[in-house]
Order: sequence, then structure tokens, then C-alpha cells
Amino acid sequence: MSRIRDLSVATLGAVSVIAIAASGAVAQSGEVNVYTYRETKLIQPLFDAFTKDTGVKVNVISASSGLEQRIKTEGANSPADVLLTVDIGRMDDAVKAEVSQPIKSAKLDEIVPPRFRDPDGHWYGISMRARVVYASKERVKQDTISYEELADPKWKGKICIRSGQHIYNNALFAAYVAKYGEAKAEEWIKGLKANLAQKPSGGDRETARDIAAGKCDIGIANTYYWALMTNVEADKKPWAEATKVILPTFAGGGTHVNLSGVMLAKNSPNKANAMKLIEWLADDNAQKIYADMNYEYPIKAGIALNPTIAAYGRLNPDALPISKIAENRKAASTLVDKVGFDN
Amino acid sequence: MSSQARSIASRAAERFASTLAILTGIAVVAPVVSIALTAMQPVSDLWPHLLSYVLPRATLDTALLLLGVGTLATALGVGAAWTISSYDFPGRSSLIWLMPLPLAIPTYIGAYVYADIFEPLGVAHRVLSLGLPPQPALALLPGVRSLAGAIVIIGLVLYPYVYLSARAMFQTQSAEFAEAARLLGARRWQEFVRVSLPMARPALAVGLALVLLETLNDIGASEYLGVRTLTVSIFTTWLNQGSLAGAAQISCLMLFAVVALVLLERYGRRLRAFAAAAESPRIAERTQLRGAARWAACGLCFMPPLFGFAVPFVYLACESIQRSLIDGIDAALLQAAGNSIVLAATATAIVLLLGLTANVANRWRGSASTAASLGASQAGYAVPGLILALGLLTPLVALDNIVNAVARSIGATAPGLLIAGSSAAVVIAYSIRFMAVATGLTQAGFERIPRDYDDSAKVSGASEWTCVRRIYLPLLRPALWGAAILVFVDCLKELPATLLLRPLNVETLSTSIYQFASRGSFEQGSLAALLIVAASIVPVVWLTRFADVPNGPA
Repeated sequence: MSRIRDLSVATLGAVSVIAIAASGAVAQSGEVNVYTYRETKLIQPLFDAFTKDTGVKVNVISASSGLEQRIKTEGANSPADVLLTVDIGRMDDAVKAEVSQPIKSAKLDEIVPPRFRDPDGHWYGISMRARVVYASKERVKQDTISYEELADPKWKGKICIRSGQHIYNNALFAAYVAKYGEAKAEEWIKGLKANLAQKPSGGDRETARDIAAGKCDIGIANTYYWALMTNVEADKKPWAEATKVILPTFAGGGTHVNLSGVMLAKNSPNKANAMKLIEWLADDNAQKIYADMNYEYPIKAGIALNPTIAAYGRLNPDALPISKIAENRKAASTLVDKVGFDN
Repeated sequence: MSSQARSIASRAAERFASTLAILTGIAVVAPVVSIALTAMQPVSDLWPHLLSYVLPRATLDTALLLLGVGTLATALGVGAAWTISSYDFPGRSSLIWLMPLPLAIPTYIGAYVYADIFEPLGVAHRVLSLGLPPQPALALLPGVRSLAGAIVIIGLVLYPYVYLSARAMFQTQSAEFAEAARLLGARRWQEFVRVSLPMARPALAVGLALVLLETLNDIGASEYLGVRTLTVSIFTTWLNQGSLAGAAQISCLMLFAVVALVLLERYGRRLRAFAAAAESPRIAERTQLRGAARWAACGLCFMPPLFGFAVPFVYLACESIQRSLIDGIDAALLQAAGNSIVLAATATAIVLLLGLTANVANRWRGSASTAASLGASQAGYAVPGLILALGLLTPLVALDNIVNAVARSIGATAPGLLIAGSSAAVVIAYSIRFMAVATGLTQAGFERIPRDYDDSAKVSGASEWTCVRRIYLPLLRPALWGAAILVFVDCLKELPATLLLRPLNVETLSTSIYQFASRGSFEQGSLAALLIVAASIVPVVWLTRFADVPNGPA
């Protein structure tokens, strides 16, 4: 009797697994399969709008790392059509893993400025975020700051930041390496380290929190967190209210930005739909959603910024091509280890 | 049945069990081999950098973290298991099911919750600020984002591994040992230190190994709390240095270290036997505590589940209530809960069955190959989950490609990625990852079953199946229940492999939490976290009820 019960439980289990598997069935007509580093919950409104506009269904897998390895291993049978990333580093990894193919689109070339796309067309930026300074409203009087200045001893014991190996900081440090070379960058990272109020940890929100609590006066974080805390996360609003956002610049340059980008998978089984989605993401409808729901800077000229973001002041992205940042990621990571930034 | 037919049948049973055991070993080792192959690829200038700047520090931090967590988890787990198994005191019956509950709290959730409580402007700071100005209150806060913070938080949620394995041993402890010890004049604590603890060593080793491996492979909590462990450097090497081969090499070194430690521990107890005496099925009775002692026992035993479970649970519940009032409950979340439970339950069934088979095979026909399979089946736990998932993809896709080639050769439509592209990949990953839990706990249980029982069964003509059903299963019951709880809850919590291997459009509870946690606002995922806890409580409570041995002569 109990054996029959066990068997039926096992069968039920097997059937349910198959049912789950079937719900993820792939590669039918009228579909596009997206592998994304941007979380499903954040990007679902975009996909819903796309499906409404075009009738094409979007299937999604989101993960925090390893998607390009998955596509690479899946090989010729990979269901992946489009890869969405939130950072230049992952795009670079995907190009190196040879899982992408060049996107050929006159429309995209018109919308996306050359420095925000791959010279060979393997990736296109579709929205931007800047890595900026959050400063205590109470204790920091100045309203401008340079990245170079963050290593100035006047900030000794006053700066908070998350791990130097986090992709956001890695890209910022890589930009510094690209602009000034490794020796100068090492000096700067050392100087910044010497100014830290505490060992790097937590995330960008914790940086605002620590400033609000008086643990430090300034911190380095991405533009959208402040907007989210102000507009969406009621319990964190006090953290944002105690701080102001300053858009720093490189001496004689602009503000460091990172890209959310889009790539076309090498063996894309639904290429026509993939191209439809890629072009749609760069167009008005999607760009407005990026601006208003994700609090990012749209890549397309002429799309209105979200008012909270606009209030930071006018963003002048640094002229350094994003692909140069990707090239110096490894050097930046090595320097962070070398100066013991995270220790 | 003639005796000849019976002996053929029994040989077939033995052969079947050992074949299955060896296949299990191979399946678990496959992703590790694939990782090792990746590690063979040349890396140019990585190692001088790693050796001078990364590994010394990472190794030290990892060692301190393991030492701290191991000590705390052992103290809490063994202390509570001994007290609950040896004494009767108020609250004991509630503690039996409360004690394993911290298992339901993923380490990274524990880290977020405690950081939020004790960080500046958190609950603790606000309470202190009632009587103090904000700045002095700030100075009083413990630094949760630190090595010490990580040790306490991880230790508090992982001690149940030690507790469950220790309790399975203590409660089936034979009365004779205790009585012999006391006749020789030993006091209760001496009996504990000199008799019960050494007798429970195989099980404790397994429980502690699980705690240490879980800690070693943790990435979410350590990274958030700012502890730069070896696992954190594996990820940095892979993602920022762009060297998957280098990451695989560090993983392999870590695996070697783990294997060496496990072998060393086994070697240390090679000449000892831990089986209970065959003649003595009588189980030690619990002592009724009196006076202050009973309240002390009650108070001390409630501490671990209070901080390991109740505090995070209440925190998550408050956050969920606040947020569901605002946002309502998401139907997709219930779907995710269903997915989680089905995937975890399927994997648990597979893991228990294979883990038991591997042990039975080794007991019946202990050969080099069955022993090796048993050892090999523990490898999945010694590698970080995401690296294991990456390693698993290669063999899975290879299998799929064979299926596709066969389909094409007979003119059928190629089915695509049948295994790698479906939930089967997730179930296989869970099974491989958590096989160590089932084989380890079952093995420790088997070591306590006297060989005499097998011999008696054989002499009286019982078949192999009867032996399993009438002797092993009843005696292994506490160990198997413990393993089932651990595996099921581990599967529910598993994040990195689930994230990378799940098919399109499939979310589980843990991936739902990640959706928020990765953006740094994990409180929005508290309802999903609460559902993991809820889904874990039911089996934990249900199974521990069965696992308690009634007091009095058996």
C-alpha cells in the first residue's frame, strides 16, 4: 500500500517537473527569448509593452552572472535570441565568449551615439546610469566635485563606498585607468582608500544610509538608487533626504557613465523578432519606460528625463568611449587587489 | 524459493545497488571533472598576482570565518542536542520542532536582516537613541558588516546541521553506556564528554562538514558583510579578471583542501568502531531536571532558535505585511512557490533514494569502487554552487546533443535542449549538490548499526529487501528524516545554480528574492523569503515529530 503511495507521489513529482519544463517551451513562432542581467521584475513592464505593440511574446531568464557561459555551452541549440546587460563588463565578456553577432540596423546607428556602442556592432547601449557622489546636505557645502578630488586628504575618514571589485566600481576605476594610465590610477585608488571611513561593504543604498547616520560625509553610488529611495521606497526616504546628489566630473572631462546594453545572440533562432525587440528598446516607448520606471538616462536624444533625475543637474557623459573602459577592467581589478582596497 | 534461487536473487540485488551507487558517483563527479577541464586551460599572468595580493588575505579570512562559524555552530548544535536528548524540562516539546527552524533562513537573508536591524538608523539605533544622543548611540552599535558579524550570523542560521546530526545520535544512544559510565563514578557531564561525544563523532563530523562547506561556498552573505573569502575571490577572478580558467583553478584547489580535511578526519578515527552493541536495544532515559536547572536549560535552548529563526522571521513578517498591504499579493509569487516545492521535493526524493542505495551497496559489498562512489558523491557540496552549475552545463548539453544527433539520424525533428533547457537541469543540479547531505547523514547512521544484525538476518534466511525494510530503514529513521529535512530546505534556499540553470519563464521563491536583493532592496522580497520559511516549517515540524523517540523502554 505504502509502496503504491510512494510510486504515485514519485509520478506526480515527475509529471510536475515536466509540466514546469513545458511551461518554459521555447522557439515557437511569434516569440523571442531574452537572457537578461536586469532582473525580470524590473524589465517585465518593458516586455509587456513590447508584446502589446508587436504581438511577439517574450520569454525571459534572468541571472546575476554566467549567462554568456550558458549561451556558449548551449552552443548551436541555444534558445537565446537577445542578451540584456546592465554593465559594460558583461558585454565585453559576451563578446570575448563569442556568443554574439553584429547587429546591423540603420535605425540603431541613428539613435545610439558611436561612443555608446561597440565599433563592430556587437553591443549597443540603450540606457545610461552615472556613478556619482552622494553628499551630506548638512556637512558638505560644495556643490561640485571632481573624481580626482576623492583622493584628496581633505576627505580623510569621510568617504563610504561598496567593494572595489563590484562591477560598478570596477568600471569607474577602469575609466580612471583608461584616462590616466595604471601608475596614476594606483595612486588615486590608494588615496581614495586612505580616505575611507570604513572597510568597503554593503551596497549603494547603505552608502546613503551611512551618510545619513553620520558615519561618513560623502559616498559613491549610482544615480537611480537615490531616485528610487526618494520616490519608491518610503522607509528609505530619510536616507535620500539627508543627502544630495553631486554629478562629479573628471578634470577637463565629464561624468563617468555605465551602460545597460543589448546584444544579439550568435545562434538566435528567432532573429527577426530579436531585431524587432532590439530596435523597439531604443525607440520612444521603451526609452520613456527606462527614464520613468528605472530612473535611467535614456540613450535616445529628446526623451524627457524623470524629474528627480533631471534635478541632479545636466549630465555631461565623459567623452571616453565605453569600449575603452571595458579594455581596462582587468587592470582596475588588479589595482584594487594590489592596494588592498577591500581589506 | 530454493536457497540457490535466493542467492542468485540476492546477488542481483547487490549488483543492482552497487551499479546504481557507482552511477551516482559518476553523475556527481561529472560537473567537477568538467570544472577541472576548464582549470587545465592556460592562464597567463594570474597566479603571481593572486599569490601576492589576493590569496594570503582570502585564505586567512576564510580560515577565521570557518573557525568561528564551526565553533559557534558546534557549541549551539551539540549543546542543544545533548540537553534535549538527555533531560526533560519545560518547553522541551516545543524546542524539538523549533530547533531546526533556522535552516529555513538563507544565510544572505540572515545577513540582510541583522544588518538592517543593527546598522545606523535601524531598529537598534533608534532604540538606543531614545536615551542617548545619536552619535554616542552610533558608537554603541555592533559592527555587523564585519568578520565577527558574519561569524555570528552564519553560525546562528547554520547550527541546525550539527544539531540534527548530533541529535540523531544522542537520542538513539544505548542506556548501557550511560549506566556503565555512571557505575564507574562519572558525573553527567563527564559521561557527555567521555562517552556520548566520542560516540557521536562520525555524525558530528558530517554535520560540521556541512556547516563548513556551506560557509565556504557562501557568496551572498560574505560579500554583503564585506568578508573577502576564497569564494569571493573566485568570482572576482572570473568576472573582473575575465579568467574562468583561473576561477576554476582556485575552485579545484579549494576542493583538494576539502577532500584532504575530510580524509584526515576519517583517518583520525580509522581504528575505532562506533556501532552500538547488538544486544542492547534499550535506549537511555531522559532525566527530569528540577529547580533552577530546568529554567536555565529552557532559557539557553531557546536562544539559538530565537536569534537564528524568530528574529528574522518576525522581521520578514512585518515587512511582508507592510508591503502586501500596499502592493497586494502577486499571483506569480504563488506560482514560484509551487515551482520551488515541486523541484525541491523531486530532488529530495532522488537524493534520499540514491544516497541510501550508495550506502547499502557499500555495506553489502564494500569494495574500492563502492567506497569511492560514496566519497565521490560528496564532491558536489565542496564547490561553489554557481561554479558547479557552470560545470554541469557541459555534460548536460553533451547529452542533449547526443539525443539530437540520434533524432536527426532517424529522421525525427531534433528536440533541442531537452535536459539543459528544462527544469530537469535544476533538479539534477540540486541532486548533485546535496547528495553529500544524504550520503553523509545516512553513512553516519549506518555506522551505528551493528553488523551482527545483518548476519542474523542472513542466517535466518531474510532477503536483502527484507533486511533493508525491517532493519536498516527503522534504525536509520532519525538519520533519514534529518537528511530529508536538510535536503528539502537546502533545495528551497538554493540560489546560484537555480538562477543560472532554470528554463525560460520559470521563477522559484529564491530567484524571486534575488530579483529584489540584487538591487539592494531585499525587503521587497520579504514575502518570498517568508514563503520559503513557511514551506520549510511544514516538513521540519512534521518530520521532527516523528523523529523524537518516546521516553521509556523501547
